[in-house]
Amino acid sequence: MSGMRYEAPGSVDEAVTLLADANGAARVLAGGTDLLVQLRAGMISPDVVVNIKNISETQGIAADGGGFCIGASVAGAEMGENAALKAAWPGVVEGAELIGSTQVQGRATMAGNLCNASPAADSVPALIAAGATCTVAGPNGQREVSVSDIPTGPGQTSLGNGEFVVNIKLPARPANASDAYLRMIPRTEMDIAIVGAAVNLVLDGDGTCTEASVVLGAVGPKTITVADAAAALVGSKVDDAALAAVSAACSAAATPIDDKRGTVAYRTKVAGVMAARAAAIAAERARS
Amino acid sequence: MAKHHVTTTINGEAAEYLCEPQETLLDVLRDEVGLTGTKEGCSSGDCGACSVMLDGRLVCSCLVLGVEAEGKSVETIEGMADGEELHPLQQKFLEEAALQCGFCTPGVLIAAKALLETNNNPTETEVRYWLAGNLCRCTGYDKIIRAVMDTASDMRGA
Repeated sequence: MSGMRYEAPGSVDEAVTLLADANGAARVLAGGTDLLVQLRAGMISPDVVVNIKNISETQGIAADGGGFCIGASVAGAEMGENAALKAAWPGVVEGAELIGSTQVQGRATMAGNLCNASPAADSVPALIAAGATCTVAGPNGQREVSVSDIPTGPGQTSLGNGEFVVNIKLPARPANASDAYLRMIPRTEMDIAIVGAAVNLVLDGDGTCTEASVVLGAVGPKTITVADAAAALVGSKVDDAALAAVSAACSAAATPIDDKRGTVAYRTKVAGVMAARAAAIAAERARS
Repeated sequence: MAKHHVTTTINGEAAEYLCEPQETLLDVLRDEVGLTGTKEGCSSGDCGACSVMLDGRLVCSCLVLGVEAEGKSVETIEGMADGEELHPLQQKFLEEAALQCGFCTPGVLIAAKALLETNNNPTETEVRYWLAGNLCRCTGYDKIIRAVMDTASDMRGA
């Protein structure tokens, strides 16, 4: 990395040009909490690092058509301080806030978490459950992409040469809707999820679930959207029978690895437990 | 590769330095600016020994490039005492022996100060979670947590 160049462009177009000209030998710097570790460890040796934090389109949290537009430079701590965002999307915010320590929260971004493409990324399941999209800028202009289409496998994304994520958009919320994210870690804090579960749901006036999305993290090479679990919630009052069905569907859908932090059997069972608990929390939030 | 000329503010005073693009803010503080109170532990953002404030946010200086401090404000442990007068947290850590080898202490103090500035009445659980990114291999944490709680109590009473 001795020949590494650092650039901090002020516009999306300049950033795209810098990234495209490097032909794959460039890295985007947002929060840097993954990038700097990879640089230091010699895992990557880019020709150029492009800091996108000076680009106004990547900054701040803005109301956007009833939803929210969260810039790619926005750190977890900023999300936690945004009362409106937290009220509308508590599950998305709690996923982002689970990433690392207070110090890491001061830097780490959801866009970085998404593009680092770890199967255990804590902010990604809730984003996908929310139906979030992102703006991808590249040499051919900008396109809106579903967040679920960005990671393609561990450490791999669908982003082409010269492309980067500018922002993440959360849709407008109907009444009686909420979300939740839970993860299991072997320690109490400062660890990587062995299971993550996000649930986003909408209730009608009498508390019957009309829409739901259930997404698992850390139990497969990518997040797993569990349609059977969502189907178990829709039409129910999110009662014990529905939660048991969510649990069974999520355990059936999980395809985890065995490693020193959790066995296949444990992760499979806990995937169901976490999803059922997240569904109960989301429903409770939607009712209040 | 040309070095970057960075103009920034460190502990309230204008500062400038030259740094390589891959050098971290931690490297720069210690090796270019000569502020060695900020410690290098893991260099991967896990231990918190290198904690500093960057534009009012608690960060690990090992996870920030030196060039990123351009135009920003950095606060390190060297800026915590007011001349000879220790910050209440520093004083309390001495009185209650909330340290042994001292390597984690600058980072713990910076992090604890950031907490008390946003929450002057934290619960023990809040203190423990806030400081979860500051590893200490000596104290077993109890004395650190107690010193932070006691400082908060004193500062509220003051």
